[in-house]
Amino acid sequence: MNSAALFGVAWSALKQNAMRSLLTMLGVIIGVSAVITSMAIGTGARAAVAEQLQRLGSNLVVVVPGSITSNGVRLGLGAQQSLKLDDATAIARSVPEIAAVAPQANTNAQVVAGNQNWYTSVVGSLPSWPAVASWSIAQGRFFDAGDVAAMAKVAVLGNTVATNLFPEGSAVGHTVIVKNVPFRVVGVLASKGQSGFGRDQDDQVVVPITALMMRLTGQTWISSIAISAQSPDAVDSVVSSTQALLRLRHHLTVQSPDDFSVRNIANIQQAASETSRIQSLLLAAVAAVSLIVGGIGIMNIMLVSVTERTREIGIRMAVGAKERHILLQFLVEAMTLACIGGVIGVALGIGSSYLTSHLAGWQVIVSPSSIAISFIFSALIGILFGFYPAQRAAHLNPIEALRHE
Amino acid sequence: MDASGGHDLVIQTRDLTKIYRMGEVEVAALNGVSVEIARGEFLSIMGHSGSGKSTFMNLIGCLDRPTSGIYLLEGRDVSRLSSDQLAEVRNRSIGFVFQGFNLLPKQTALQNVELPLLYAGAAPEERRRRAQEALRAVGLESRLAHRPREMSGGQQQRVAIARAFVSEPALILADEPTGNLDTKSSDEVMEIFRELNRTHGITIVVVTHESDVAAKTQRTIVFRDGRIVETAA
Ligand SMILES: Nc1ncnc2c1ncn2[C@@H]1O[C@H](COP(=O)(O)OP(=O)(O)OP(=O)(O)O)[C@@H](O)[C@H]1O
Ligand SMILES: [Mg+2]
Repeated sequence: MNSAALFGVAWSALKQNAMRSLLTMLGVIIGVSAVITSMAIGTGARAAVAEQLQRLGSNLVVVVPGSITSNGVRLGLGAQQSLKLDDATAIARSVPEIAAVAPQANTNAQVVAGNQNWYTSVVGSLPSWPAVASWSIAQGRFFDAGDVAAMAKVAVLGNTVATNLFPEGSAVGHTVIVKNVPFRVVGVLASKGQSGFGRDQDDQVVVPITALMMRLTGQTWISSIAISAQSPDAVDSVVSSTQALLRLRHHLTVQSPDDFSVRNIANIQQAASETSRIQSLLLAAVAAVSLIVGGIGIMNIMLVSVTERTREIGIRMAVGAKERHILLQFLVEAMTLACIGGVIGVALGIGSSYLTSHLAGWQVIVSPSSIAISFIFSALIGILFGFYPAQRAAHLNPIEALRHE
Repeated sequence: MDASGGHDLVIQTRDLTKIYRMGEVEVAALNGVSVEIARGEFLSIMGHSGSGKSTFMNLIGCLDRPTSGIYLLEGRDVSRLSSDQLAEVRNRSIGFVFQGFNLLPKQTALQNVELPLLYAGAAPEERRRRAQEALRAVGLESRLAHRPREMSGGQQQRVAIARAFVSEPALILADEPTGNLDTKSSDEVMEIFRELNRTHGITIVVVTHESDVAAKTQRTIVFRDGRIVETAA
């Protein structure tokens, strides 16, 4: 009995119960499309993070409050108030091989201009900020050292904020109200667009860090310090000098751990890819579970099918079908079921990946390997879960099978 | 023992016994049956219900193995073969006709008749050609695409007969083939058997409860309580 005949027999059996076959495939369809979608989103996110970090440049070193314990579990990272503006000043003054230092303090606020208003994030920093964070100015100017010293009420708008508050024309020269404080707009940033996670990077307002801390929030701590080293080779020494300096400034004894953490792009990249790897693993586990559930569904329906068709099996045996003919017949049927489910699942997964990309604005990448993996997986599921029912069919006693009603 | 003892025996059994164990009780469905059936015989088996006729047919049809005793089919001892070997013997040498037709309900007459050839590994064109020939021989050349549900009982039984002889077996075993049929269809079926027996030389064994059916055969064996009690020519 050749394979064409085998598939013919399997296909006609599945066609006779089209609705039931489709419902049975559902588990595999959902499992496979979950695999495809989750892998597409994971791969896309990883690529986006890598691209974004690459764009920031390999010279970047970032200091954030809080510490990382030795085994990598983050404890209160960013939640502490240990970083001060003076720390940034000290780093700029005494750490060698530094190109620029940009401390940053953040808040969120409703920003009002005339009858327009916009809820956005407000960043306080220094004139070095555009250089360190790779921003350029589209209109007007960035604030200068004098503005910082004077706690000047001047603001530079991100492109999104500018277009929403001033839909008619240029924002430069106008006044915006932030938390009841009027700020004069001196410039507008050039647009960068969305980050890989769909966050709009242009949705922010930048003001002198002194103005933010004294006039808007009253806070005494800052949220991060971005340092740009003179060259990629200088990064390691900048990291260690910064660490030593801050330990000294924070009066940390030998026993006490850092109350801040200094990281370079490589660290951040690692952390980000670690996070997305864990997410991918979780999604893969969910997908695997649903594939197994799909497999159990197939096994269940195949067992029903073997019982229903016991007499058919008896007839086939009477005219000369061997055990392996019956085994193959049901195995091919289960595999066909799983593979058709796999194909539908792949199509659905690709569709939902692009839908996700379209709706959430995430970058997705459907890799050929994810398609291959999930297809092979569904075929394996078919064989694995089809085997027991097929075995049962093949081992039926011909006389009892023929007598079956 | 071999088949070269002067006359050509298709079936030769010695002390064929089948015992069914039901818990503590043992039922001897067949109790030491020794019989010889020559090539080209047209033979009937009669006996009361429960006398062991179907059990005997299952054994000589290689659907089952005896508890003890020896069964030679065309001179070959088949009483201890594996289930796959038995399947091969059934496929090559034996055709079955059942009381309840036992056709695959969702397949056409042609597909049903092709079935034994499918398992024999015949090519699609050859299967089709031989199945068509067999259906023509039973007068159903106009019903090739009909499914069992779309045919009368007599027609279905003729499809089953076509299936039984399409692979040109040495032996056709029919267990009450006319049990579900009216007199006319029953006569047609017996006529086809007689024709197959005469022109193709196929050995045919028919189990029946009707003496007029048995009368159409050359010899009748009577079973009682798992034994042969009478052989009449
Ligand atoms: N699978 C089985 N398990 C137990 N006992 C069985 C089994 N098959 C048959 N028997 C017993 O064997 C005996 C012979 O049964 P068999 O079917 O051969 O009779 P039969 O002559 O064909 O009867 P009928 O004319 O009613 O078809 C009966 O007593 C029956 O109960
Ligand atoms: Mg019987």
